[in-house]
Amino acid sequence: MLLRHTSKEVKVREGLTINPAKTCQPIGAMYAALGIHGCLPHSHGSQGCCSYHRSTLTRHYKEPVMAATSSFTEGASVFGGQANLLAAIETIFSVYDPDIIAVHSTCLSETIGDDLQQITKKASDDGKIPEGKYVIYASTPSFIGSHITGYANMVTGMAEQFTVSTGEKKNQVNIIAGWMEPSDMREIKRLSKELGVNIVLFPDTSDVLDAPQTGKHEFYPKGGTTVAELRSTGDSLSSLALGCVSAEPAAIALEKKCKVPFTTLDMPIGLSATDRFIMALSQAGGVSVPDTVTADRGRLVDVIADMEQYLYGKKVALFGDPDQIIPLTEFLLDLNMKPLHIVSGTPGQRFEKRMREILDARSPETNFKNGLGADMFLMHQWMKNEPVDLLIGNTYGKYIARDEDIPFIRFGFPILDRIGHSYFPSVGYSGGLRLVEKILSVLMDRQDRDALEEKFELVM
Amino acid sequence: MRKVAIYGKGGIGKSTTTQNTVAGLAEMGKKVMVVGCDPKADSTRLLLGGLQQKTVLDTLREEGEEVELEDIIKEGYKMTRCTESGGPEPGVGCAGRGIITSVNLLEQLGAYDEEWDLDYVFYDVLGDVVCGGFAMPIRDGKAEEIYIVCSGEMMAMYAANNICKGILKYADAGGVRLGGLICNSRKVDNEREMIEELARKIGTQMIHFVPRDNFVQRAEINRKTVIDYDPTHPQADQYRALATKIDQNDMFVIPKPLEIEELETLLIDFGIAN
Repeated sequence: MLLRHTSKEVKVREGLTINPAKTCQPIGAMYAALGIHGCLPHSHGSQGCCSYHRSTLTRHYKEPVMAATSSFTEGASVFGGQANLLAAIETIFSVYDPDIIAVHSTCLSETIGDDLQQITKKASDDGKIPEGKYVIYASTPSFIGSHITGYANMVTGMAEQFTVSTGEKKNQVNIIAGWMEPSDMREIKRLSKELGVNIVLFPDTSDVLDAPQTGKHEFYPKGGTTVAELRSTGDSLSSLALGCVSAEPAAIALEKKCKVPFTTLDMPIGLSATDRFIMALSQAGGVSVPDTVTADRGRLVDVIADMEQYLYGKKVALFGDPDQIIPLTEFLLDLNMKPLHIVSGTPGQRFEKRMREILDARSPETNFKNGLGADMFLMHQWMKNEPVDLLIGNTYGKYIARDEDIPFIRFGFPILDRIGHSYFPSVGYSGGLRLVEKILSVLMDRQDRDALEEKFELVM
Repeated sequence: MRKVAIYGKGGIGKSTTTQNTVAGLAEMGKKVMVVGCDPKADSTRLLLGGLQQKTVLDTLREEGEEVELEDIIKEGYKMTRCTESGGPEPGVGCAGRGIITSVNLLEQLGAYDEEWDLDYVFYDVLGDVVCGGFAMPIRDGKAEEIYIVCSGEMMAMYAANNICKGILKYADAGGVRLGGLICNSRKVDNEREMIEELARKIGTQMIHFVPRDNFVQRAEINRKTVIDYDPTHPQADQYRALATKIDQNDMFVIPKPLEIEELETLLIDFGIAN
């Protein structure tokens, strides 16, 4: 009973968050930067920030995560971090030789007012950026937003600082990935290939954070969107932004800078969101949907129909990041389950608006909240008032699941105590199938565990 | 050891008044240390006969943690101990954090230790209280008494009132008290009466009225305090008087800052309207 002090009575809290459903901005910026080929993320702040972000990403992906830091000292905090960053840029290019350094700020460097745009410009003017190499940046103070905001800011930085419009359109579609797993990005690329649409996916962490064991350590693994690809995004026919919170800002930046029109979609998690993604992609690329994809869809529908009796009416609590839990909520409704309690620590009105669209007609009684005060403690309290059959969320949910003795599925970021998320996608029809399988497994395991001997079924 | 902080609007003459007053105290045989808390590092110029060569933060930046007390404290007029915290150039970094860093460092290095036998420490703090860093000298255990330098000009009074708000915050939590307003005259009409009234309303006193005299500037150009430059000049007596009043002061209050309307009424009643 680790969380035994969680009370049933929900009181208004103004200044206290307990077990937040979010983390720091720079962790998102660091993750996004790893989705560029040959990129070394750089944390402009003290060493502790960088260590925390690297170690959390490493624990989630079970892969080494390389990143540099400006190593602020007391002096740097007073005199500004420009000298540190300029020295860092010089050292990084001469010692670690990346194609790109992606700098993100931290609370400290933001508070003292370091201007990354000005410092990177100075680095360039002083000749510290070798020919053909790049330094991009994003402002990521953690006292605003969440890791999702940081991710969005860095992806927007990619769009703003790399893209050029040559005036000649290319027969390709940009897909801007919201925060998703390398496995998901791989699946998006596979689906696009199957449809026959030329895409540029960015960022793309596949083959970076799920790199194979070859016996040789690659400081810069082979994956990641290349500079040439990123630069070409300004000439693409259109952009699809997968996620209104984590991907749309970059699509807007691209439209502003290079007039590439965009469509914002939910991340293709589950049946309906994948349907919309496939249709949008086929339209954007001017192709028809091949039978193989339709068959994948059919298999998912078949499983849902076959197992309806185990899914119907099951109550679910979930927490996580907006772009993931919006389509997941819709999918749970498609499965005839009842998503009852939903929280996300990432602030912003888009979440509420989109959730209303999904929930108002189909489950108006659902409790959901995001931003300030939307923490795991609140969700736990809601669960005490109206118990659920299943909890879905990141690793931190295991304490609540254990206390309430309910089945638990790990989904989202971070997952520190299981593997699989980097290898098996949640997006697309196959991702939907995996989610249904996971849900059924835990629910049916629970049914088996609790069944009386005479009701212990061989065939289910 | 009495720990004194001098605040006031930028350009009001804090550093000049502080150093001239410190010279008065030194002349009386008091042992004084002056800590300049301004990135411009010009709070000890008149006592040292020139700008302090190395500030605390310059030294910290160059020598790392290996800072020695002798590197950052210089002896000036009549054995006054002078140090400048220094700070970043305008527009970069965090000057407020600089003050915190240097005051902490001075403590660590034992600048306030008994071996120095100090009677006074004066903190000369930049402009208004602009952020938490500039309030470092009035945090608990640092300066215990504050004097605000002001004049009869509206913005100076406005700043003085604002500083009182900062003091109020720290007075509640710690031991800091307001010792009085020092009027550094700008020859505004009814200046003395107006500042006396302002002081009364805030709940304090106008501890001294320093008349304007260009001789102060002349001494300053020669990098000296008035007392040092010409001990016989009448203006030197003004600073001696201020030094004596501070030395004998026993009125230490928690200020009651005015509402803006009240402050404006005061200005209208005493100044502009007449």
